[in-house]
Amino acid sequence: MSKQINVALIGNPNTGKTSVFNALTGLNQKVGNYPGITVEKKEGSCKLTNGTKAHIIDLPGTYSLNASSLDESVVIELLLNKNDKDFPDVAVVVADVENLKRNLLIYTQIKNLEIPTILVINMADRMEKKGISLDINALEKELNTKIALISTRKKTGIDNLKALIEDYQSLNTEPCLNVSDIDPDYFKRLSDAFKNQLPYKLWLVITQDVNFGKIERDTFNQVEDFKTKSEADLKKLQQKETIKRYQFINNVLKKGLTVDLSTATDLRIKLDRILTHKVWGYAIFFVILFLMFQAVYEWAGPPTDLIDEAFASLADWVKNTLPAGAFTNLLSDGIIAGVGGVMVFIPPIAFLFLFIALLEESGYMSRVVFLMDNLMKRFGLSGKSVVPLISGNACAIPAVMAARNIENWKERLITILVTPFTTCSARLPVYVIIIALVIPEGSFLGMSYKALTLMGLYIIGFLTAIVSAYILNKILKIKSKSYFVIEMPSYKVPLFKNVAITVLEKTKTFVLEAGKIILAISIILWFLASYGPGENFNNAENIVKTEYPNLDETELDDKVASFKLESSYIGIIGKAIEPAIRPLGYDWKIGIGLVTSFAAREVFVGTLATIYSVGSANDNEDEDTIKSKMAVETHNNGTKVFTLASGISLLLFYAFAMQCMSTLAIVKRETNSWKWPLIQLGAMSGLAYIVALIAYQFLK
Amino acid sequence: MQYTLAHLKRGERAVITDVSSNLIPLKLLEMGCLPGNTVELVQLAPFKDPMYLNINGAHLAIRKETATLVLIEKIADE
Repeated sequence: MSKQINVALIGNPNTGKTSVFNALTGLNQKVGNYPGITVEKKEGSCKLTNGTKAHIIDLPGTYSLNASSLDESVVIELLLNKNDKDFPDVAVVVADVENLKRNLLIYTQIKNLEIPTILVINMADRMEKKGISLDINALEKELNTKIALISTRKKTGIDNLKALIEDYQSLNTEPCLNVSDIDPDYFKRLSDAFKNQLPYKLWLVITQDVNFGKIERDTFNQVEDFKTKSEADLKKLQQKETIKRYQFINNVLKKGLTVDLSTATDLRIKLDRILTHKVWGYAIFFVILFLMFQAVYEWAGPPTDLIDEAFASLADWVKNTLPAGAFTNLLSDGIIAGVGGVMVFIPPIAFLFLFIALLEESGYMSRVVFLMDNLMKRFGLSGKSVVPLISGNACAIPAVMAARNIENWKERLITILVTPFTTCSARLPVYVIIIALVIPEGSFLGMSYKALTLMGLYIIGFLTAIVSAYILNKILKIKSKSYFVIEMPSYKVPLFKNVAITVLEKTKTFVLEAGKIILAISIILWFLASYGPGENFNNAENIVKTEYPNLDETELDDKVASFKLESSYIGIIGKAIEPAIRPLGYDWKIGIGLVTSFAAREVFVGTLATIYSVGSANDNEDEDTIKSKMAVETHNNGTKVFTLASGISLLLFYAFAMQCMSTLAIVKRETNSWKWPLIQLGAMSGLAYIVALIAYQFLK
Repeated sequence: MQYTLAHLKRGERAVITDVSSNLIPLKLLEMGCLPGNTVELVQLAPFKDPMYLNINGAHLAIRKETATLVLIEKIADE
């Protein structure tokens, strides 16, 4: 007989809850979103010895059942809704042996819901070092439960936990303390009004501002009417409740826990003295940021190029092997190129999350928040926003994903929205070629004008991100309690398994979720560039041959490619937008470049190469050839296309415009709606247009 | 003079006397900031904000604005 039970893992952050989850499920896990919101839902399964399948949910880390964030409300919503398909048959509360007192608070709350509950005391391997000894029997007796003492690091106690889960029906569901004691009178009236309901459940409904399951809402609405105490009085009662719970916990721990401070060693004090130091703390943090930036920017380069080349050769191979035709083109230039365009992001994502997982796992990330909070809060950002903002200078995709580590939803959203302003590496090819073309030679204080311009663009990008954050913080009306109480966990050596699973999970999420959007858009763009209406497109070769009868084969191919692109749908769009971009100093050829580079900014250079018929020129000379072609480009009236004015205008346009479908796709996935990526697209590209317009009109 | 957590200097210790202000987030109490507990200021960020505290073994960082709400009595140096 096989049957399935639901197991919910509950516990404070930093208790190793996810390690327990990983130890139980291994790679049998998947990560998604809770419907309609952006809280990560982690679930997995494991087989128990009697053949029962345990479906395990790793609930977001929470300090108590009094929710102060979206993540925490998820926990309460599930625990109050017996009709939810995930409602746990057994709750497993994970506690860290070093912080047992605080970690037991939520345990006493869960017990009040009368759900069968197992207590896991994790990190048993640290007991000796910290001089801690436990009397498990006494604790089990006082807490009315079964305890699994485990160490995910030393891999001990997991089998015992599984056995306890299997035997969940024998658990005592009696609460540890009577919640009515905090105000007997009030609670008596409550239970008189709503018979057959647990007093603690009613209490949670009254005090919490969360959505409850539809089915039980009616009952809850009645409770709402019953609200006979002011918010201030309710808060006083909540404080009283918390103090009562701690009194109970202190009494329990007097009987079951002894700490011998004389044998305790404390690495934390020594490390914190340096890592949170006013000078050394920042110096070390910037070195780590620099390494992280280097990893995404440089170390990820070779594997990215390798993937890029592999897909390019695969596309070539398909083209040369399969019979020529529309299907082969779709496969090689549309699908394979599109999939390649998704895969090239894997190395930077993997590298960035390797760093982030190490920082989170070691406990260092909390120190970053401590160091950066004062500065970042002025802009409505979190201390953790530094990581996305800096890694955005390499690539916005992993940077936006990194924002997920920010607990506060408003701070997270602002970070996601402003990160794409930072100067990612895809802007570089565009910057380099235009700077080379329009910025004059010469130097100022030993730095060439060209270098200064490039540096200026990086600074503009970063400042725009910060200023936009400030503005968004003022205009976004999102209710979020943003008080700042952050735990400073003890330092730990990261567990390899946890780091590996994080890196794997993030990469998989990107490829599967953002990847399909990127693939779809790239196929559409490919189609628009490869097909066109009417004679001009279909008969391109003959038309070009008639017009230029004396060209050699390479020159002819280039001319045909250029003519075809011009007559394709995308070329027509580029021409159609010319009136709109004329005031910015651009012609229709640049217009086509703007449209194609919506796929990714660096495509701009390739598109211009095709349009100026230098597509198949020797690779090494490629850039110079395009440059010399661009340098002599003229408008119909004979004036140059690329002047200082139009060049600066174009540089600024690329600094601000949301020219990256992959970023839009990942923002869609991270905010769980099309609303934010579309607002981002409109606002960024609108800003780009206005700034480029002003710059051109001013300089021309 | 009535002292609050915001008056603590680095390395100083005190006993928490009152957390009943309505503006104190419940979360702070839940993380161990309760009357009767001893507190030590471990580290200050620049501009003395946030503050890194050790409250009876619970290590927390809070902003200065929250710290001004927690009343304390300083423990004189031995």
